[in-house]
Amino acid sequence: MDFGLSQDQQMLRDAVSRCLADTSPLSHVRECAERDNPLSDQVLRALNDLGVAGMLVPEEHGGLGMTLLDAAVVAEQLGYAVAPVPFLASQVLAPIALRDAGNEEQKAHWLPKIASGEARIGIAISETVEARDGAGVTSAAGKLNGTALFALDFEGADAYIVADSGGRLHLVGAKASGLEAIALTTIDRTRSVGELRFDGTAAEPLADDGGVATARLRAAGRVILAADSLGAGQAMIEKAVDYAGQREQFGRLIGSFQAVKHMCAEMAARHEPCRSLVWYAAHAFDAVPNEASLVACHVKSHTAEVHRFVARTSTEVHGGMGFTDLLGLHYWFKRIGFDRQVLGGPEAVRAEAAALQGWAKAA
Amino acid sequence: MDLDYGPEYDVFRKQVRAFIEAHSHLAPPSSDRAARPSPEAVEWQRLLIEHGYTARTIPREYGGYGAEPDILQSRIIAEEFARARVAGGLANQGISMFVPTLLELGTEEQKRRWIEPTLKGDIVWCQGYSEPGAGSDLANLKTSAHIENGEFVINGQKIWTSTAKQADMIFCLVRTEPDAPKHGGISYLIFSMDTPGIEVRPLKTMTGHAEFNETFFTDVRVPMHQIVGQRGQGWFVANATLGHERGMLGDPDALENRLQALIALMQEERLGQGRAIDNPVLRDRLVALQAEVAAMKYNGMRILSNSLRGEPGGMAKMIVKLQSCELAHQISALAIDAMGELGILYHNSPRERDGGAWQWNYMFQLGLIIGGGTAQIQKNIIAERGLEMPREPKTADMARQKQGAV
Repeated sequence: MDFGLSQDQQMLRDAVSRCLADTSPLSHVRECAERDNPLSDQVLRALNDLGVAGMLVPEEHGGLGMTLLDAAVVAEQLGYAVAPVPFLASQVLAPIALRDAGNEEQKAHWLPKIASGEARIGIAISETVEARDGAGVTSAAGKLNGTALFALDFEGADAYIVADSGGRLHLVGAKASGLEAIALTTIDRTRSVGELRFDGTAAEPLADDGGVATARLRAAGRVILAADSLGAGQAMIEKAVDYAGQREQFGRLIGSFQAVKHMCAEMAARHEPCRSLVWYAAHAFDAVPNEASLVACHVKSHTAEVHRFVARTSTEVHGGMGFTDLLGLHYWFKRIGFDRQVLGGPEAVRAEAAALQGWAKAA
Repeated sequence: MDLDYGPEYDVFRKQVRAFIEAHSHLAPPSSDRAARPSPEAVEWQRLLIEHGYTARTIPREYGGYGAEPDILQSRIIAEEFARARVAGGLANQGISMFVPTLLELGTEEQKRRWIEPTLKGDIVWCQGYSEPGAGSDLANLKTSAHIENGEFVINGQKIWTSTAKQADMIFCLVRTEPDAPKHGGISYLIFSMDTPGIEVRPLKTMTGHAEFNETFFTDVRVPMHQIVGQRGQGWFVANATLGHERGMLGDPDALENRLQALIALMQEERLGQGRAIDNPVLRDRLVALQAEVAAMKYNGMRILSNSLRGEPGGMAKMIVKLQSCELAHQISALAIDAMGELGILYHNSPRERDGGAWQWNYMFQLGLIIGGGTAQIQKNIIAERGLEMPREPKTADMARQKQGAV
């Protein structure tokens, strides 16, 4: 019995944390956020040197064959540093999709390239969570038509894995003819998302399993987004506590006022159990598959609620300075906002959790 | 991450399960809120001690089972009794607070005299800590005890003394050195509730029941040997076990059981066109609470792992009382909302659900948020000890004064 991170996972956490502290200080994040393509090659290379790109790629394809809990450990650090790098889609979901649903040829072609950092695959499964008017992809005879919104890790992707309206997955080259790719600007300038418009675009199907692989991607994605929020929330709590311990008003440190202390205590009290839930949800993805989808819904919706509270409260503790661009606190605020909505806001995810338990019809 | 307890613990779990299956018909109802244990509950307690399912690690010479402490075994026992919804032995302040205090700080004679009858339910204790002017700020207590002819003579008043009406004995904090600094002049005395000069008045709460009492002392005479620890050390004696009380108020198994009861209620209760659970707003709230209960469950496993490694519980443990009490209250609040207008029925009214337990819980749990250190005190602890935030200047000044005095 050992509920927690292994020694290897703690070492991984520390290594990634040091790497990001060196290569991705706030000044670099700010620089990236002001560009059209915010993703940082410099930070990505440094992370790849640690083996992050190949974490979820099986060993026989040149990767490290690690678990989602290992990836969650990395995601937490990326959120903590608001690191402007592709990760969720290209280094977690794409290898899982290929590993679970790719054919031998697809695996042999893509997985070693993902592991070495030579290739990146974006993911577009937004419509399987909540379809919107004017979006949705149909597939027939190896061709895709329609629009996929919110393709994740969009910029610099060599290919995309796209879910059609039946939940089946397809692999499309980024340069395929009949594909129009449009970058979307979001509140979070440390991530890259885009819209994919298909017009008779040639695509290779991944193994058709009636949507099981897509459901697994949603679960993994939700855990990783929650882990990212966990790190961002941790950073925001630390910043609030530090600021309250330095800033004086009315002749004393604001952190000595009970009103301010209670805001910080509430953030910590609500944040801390999220860490345990993230660990369990990530562990369950690999080790307790019958619970994985439900607990992924729980971790996504719960951390979203808690960290919206943390994002707002930490900003308030900083007073007017929290609202400015000067401190850069807003990068964490926006990152948490991004994590909340992507792959389903809390209400949508809770509706899915209710359906999984037979308490409601599936949407 | 390894959630297996290991094969020897699996064997142990099977034994616990087999015991529960074979004997659960003898158990008193889990919901028994009586302050004085029923004969049935006393018999059940004896059976549990005999098999080591309660008082497990208390030495045999004091009436316990005498097993070596084993965190996982204790956890498995708690899990299995909760899972089967079978009462896991007596839970009262004598057992949860007074016995650990004596084990840690009592004399050999005190241990031999008091622990066994307390464990067996023959002696019921009440706790005399809080006063009208000293609740969360316990060091402010005023009840005094001066010495006269080799006896303590106690005068003053206590409040929130649960079970005082039924109790045989009280463990009580009194000020014995009025001139000593706040924390320094307090002693921890034990005495019989039959002692002349004690008056107990039931204190009816918003639940409509008198779960607590006010206790008045007028020239109550207590022999000087009925002190636990040294004179003037009562603050430290009491603090040794306050942690046990807070731990007791954050049991993840209890939260899980309440959530399951809520799910059952919402699946059964008809409301408008369907069941309560068919209402999307109520269902959304239910799933949100389910996620929070899961977070507290895994937080509990993390604390358990920390103890197994001999590490302190840290922030994960510090937040348990605050979060669990609030969450328990939210669960009851949703249950009442899910009943709609039926949610206002109480006191054996026709159409009342679950014997009014949800309404009682909703009100009583508000008391638990306040008791054992209010939510505000918990937040101060989290901020100052957990996040190392600056102390209130007043408290810091007092700490300096105290250092100066020492």
